[in-house]
Amino acid sequence: MTIRVAESAQAPSFQKAALPLLEDAQLRRNVRHATDVIQLKRAQVVAETVDWQELRTTASDTKAHTLRYLDHYLLQFEKACTAAGGQVHWAADADDANRIVADLVRGYGGNEVIKIKTMTSDETGLNEALEHEGIRAHETDLAELIIQLGRDRPSHIVAPALHKNRSQVREIFRETMHLPDLGDRPEDLTAAARRYLREKFLRVKVGICGANFLVAETGSVCIVESEGNGRMCLTMPEVLISLAGIEKVIPSFQDLEVFLQLLPRSATGERMNPYNSLWTGVHANDGPKHFHVVLLDNGRTSVLADAEARQTLHCIRCAACLNACPVYRQTSGLAYGSSYSGPIGAIVTPQLLNMEHGQSLPYASSLCGACYEVCPVKIDIPEVLIHLRGRVVREQKSALDAEALAMKMAAAIFASRRRFEAAQRLGRLAQGPLVRKGWFGNLPGLLGNWTRVRDLRALPPQTFREWWKQRAKNAERSGHA
Amino acid sequence: MPDARDAILERICSATRRGADENAPARAAEEFAAIARPYLRAGRLDAEARLHLFIDRLHDYDAHVVETSADSLPRTIANVLQQHGQRKVIAADGLPHEMLPRDFEFLAEREAGIEDLNECDGIVTVCTVAIASTGTIVLAHGPGEGARRLSLIPDRHLCVVRAHQVVETVPEAFDRLAPSATHPLTFISGPSATADIEMTRIRGVHGPRFLDVVVVR
Repeated sequence: MTIRVAESAQAPSFQKAALPLLEDAQLRRNVRHATDVIQLKRAQVVAETVDWQELRTTASDTKAHTLRYLDHYLLQFEKACTAAGGQVHWAADADDANRIVADLVRGYGGNEVIKIKTMTSDETGLNEALEHEGIRAHETDLAELIIQLGRDRPSHIVAPALHKNRSQVREIFRETMHLPDLGDRPEDLTAAARRYLREKFLRVKVGICGANFLVAETGSVCIVESEGNGRMCLTMPEVLISLAGIEKVIPSFQDLEVFLQLLPRSATGERMNPYNSLWTGVHANDGPKHFHVVLLDNGRTSVLADAEARQTLHCIRCAACLNACPVYRQTSGLAYGSSYSGPIGAIVTPQLLNMEHGQSLPYASSLCGACYEVCPVKIDIPEVLIHLRGRVVREQKSALDAEALAMKMAAAIFASRRRFEAAQRLGRLAQGPLVRKGWFGNLPGLLGNWTRVRDLRALPPQTFREWWKQRAKNAERSGHA
Repeated sequence: MPDARDAILERICSATRRGADENAPARAAEEFAAIARPYLRAGRLDAEARLHLFIDRLHDYDAHVVETSADSLPRTIANVLQQHGQRKVIAADGLPHEMLPRDFEFLAEREAGIEDLNECDGIVTVCTVAIASTGTIVLAHGPGEGARRLSLIPDRHLCVVRAHQVVETVPEAFDRLAPSATHPLTFISGPSATADIEMTRIRGVHGPRFLDVVVVR
């Protein structure tokens, strides 16, 4: 079994990938604008929801419960979906899933598919795998279409093209849709996409989607969307294939009353997104005649096995943590080298990859906690980040690593007051040549990583303890006087 | 791949430190029932305020709202269709006849092909339930609500909502939808829209660009 999350195994470290992005003023302007708008809208619709915290708590409890009995709920879903005329497939990893989908498409005699935006298919690299099999995949979400035609990478979980502005989109559409006179108003660009895709909606026989929720009780699948491209792909083709992570299952139909209040407000700042679709297997005279669900593991069970990080699997992919993150807002999602970016990406990607890749991602955070505050399912992302930093050190680094050695030494010094005070005295003596006006500007060696982007105050001439002792002595002296 | 299925299930059992356990379904049901639901389930508004909120929310989504009485419903529908110059209009199968204006000729859904849907000026449906707090109309695609494609391909959707179908909260809507849980369900909140380009909301991408809601008091 080989776990793969998009191209993240080959991606450079976050810190390396971020540098050129920080130089791209246009990209940073686009990202700042988009995340500001969504955050403002979200804050308004969350503020008017008086039971927001109660909804978060129930959602979090529901997800935690589901994960404890994940096997039971998946089997229940399989049974109900199958009884309703659907077919359920299980995929251990990305290649498995891609092979199952490609075989299905070919089995139905298709060489083209229309797709709803699904980050899970980006995770498995489905489009490339289908292309390899001679099957052409058409993305139908506007942002995904921009990414596909522009041969770009998604930079956000909900709005993958938010790093592009209108004139950049116009250039992509002009060239790939052969529309030399296309204007750059969002209305013009949207209308162009509508015309470009409508013919495909009415013609292509196989649709591919992800899943926002799988309902165990009924075997239903729920898709949340805005444009209607989702409804087109769910309704018009003869065959529908849904690729879903195993963590997408929820116990009951009623649970949707909680999640469908949390997700749209968190994702796009709307009270409800324009369209939610639910369907159960195959419906007579309405929609596809054949329905398949591919349940994907691809590392999720190893996340489940880590009790302290398991809550990562609560995620409903709303991207509120991306919009709120001071790090994401500077670099965009392109620095994270994965389908999943921002704070949630920083914990999802390395865990799916069993901490073998993406080790730099848990460090792509200031631990300010903004992500936890906005998370609709209460994932304590800072806590998981710290836990994963611990795992990176414990599992990946040898004992001879310079940082590990320094930390061991620090632990020994901190363990004894005598040693600590001796180190302080030594430090005061040694810092002399490096200090300018009470500040370190550049530290040598490994410590330079800290001072490369910030200054560090020098050690003071006297510690508090020394001052306290001195004070007592002075008092004694003046008392005698 | 039956072996992938077994392997995944086994990995889940070992990850959650549970062996194969015959009592798991019963225990899961017990624990699930114990999950606290302290959020608002029942609404607090009276009927008038609820309708007012619903209409207000619809306006927020740029939906066009007309209020009428049961007696004047056919005339109101005729007026709305006329106002937008709609000629070729498809009526969902199973729509109550007394609802439709007699002097207007509708195309029946069962006789309409994809081309008709693509070319028509609009469609008429009823709904199963409507949610005031979110301005949402829910179609369970039963009689009068049309197959899913009917309210998707045409450019204009006229939906008739009766006052007693409007609930205040999302949980109240789910209570009413429980009998239809395995139907295809479509939640519609305003016309189709996108904000993918610079977060500017554009109405009408692939679904209907216009949503007319006729509220019957």
